[in-house]
Amino acid sequence: MNVSLSIEVIAVILIFIGTVFAFLSAIGLIRLPDVYTRSHAASKSATLGVLCVLFGTLLYFWITQGVFSVRLLLGIFFVFLTAPVAAHVICRAAYRSNVELAEESVQDDLKKVMQEE
Amino acid sequence: MVELVLMSSLFLLILSILLTLYRVIKGPSMPDRVQALDAIGINLLAGVAIFAVLLRTSAFLEIILLIGILSFIGTVAFARFIERGVVIERKPVD
Repeated sequence: MNVSLSIEVIAVILIFIGTVFAFLSAIGLIRLPDVYTRSHAASKSATLGVLCVLFGTLLYFWITQGVFSVRLLLGIFFVFLTAPVAAHVICRAAYRSNVELAEESVQDDLKKVMQEE
Repeated sequence: MVELVLMSSLFLLILSILLTLYRVIKGPSMPDRVQALDAIGINLLAGVAIFAVLLRTSAFLEIILLIGILSFIGTVAFARFIERGVVIERKPVD
């Protein structure tokens, strides 16, 4: 078993781990009670999963074909930059358009500030 | 062996897209649907990457960047629409 074959196996295992993370985040998107808790599942674990998949793809093409794709690196950087921003923007829009919190929530610090404005 | 693992990860990805589609259809409020659509865009991006590995071609790598940018712009536009009622604000003309 030479080096390039074992690195190829590592890349494929990275891709599989990433899809497992994406599947778990989809389960969280179904099971969690309201939009604010769901945004944890949709932003954090889905971003980690897609970063694992894209990094595995980068490693695979680098090892097997000798192509170090700068476009893929740019894609990884862009997803890493924009996924938290998108989750933040959605949560902000949800709070400003008066989406209710789940009944299990115990604390709402933003309510006082919004009432003072 | 490599093909088997890649196919099974593609299957998991399609399953997670279907689960997220349930949230798009049922979601009680509008931000729920936008959030689920964003998650579908990210999953689709990973699916294109897996297809590129499966077909052993590096021709699809621009599409990953393109889907990422389009998904982000769509999410931000939807969020602005939900928050303010318009996507592009114009200054009132005197």
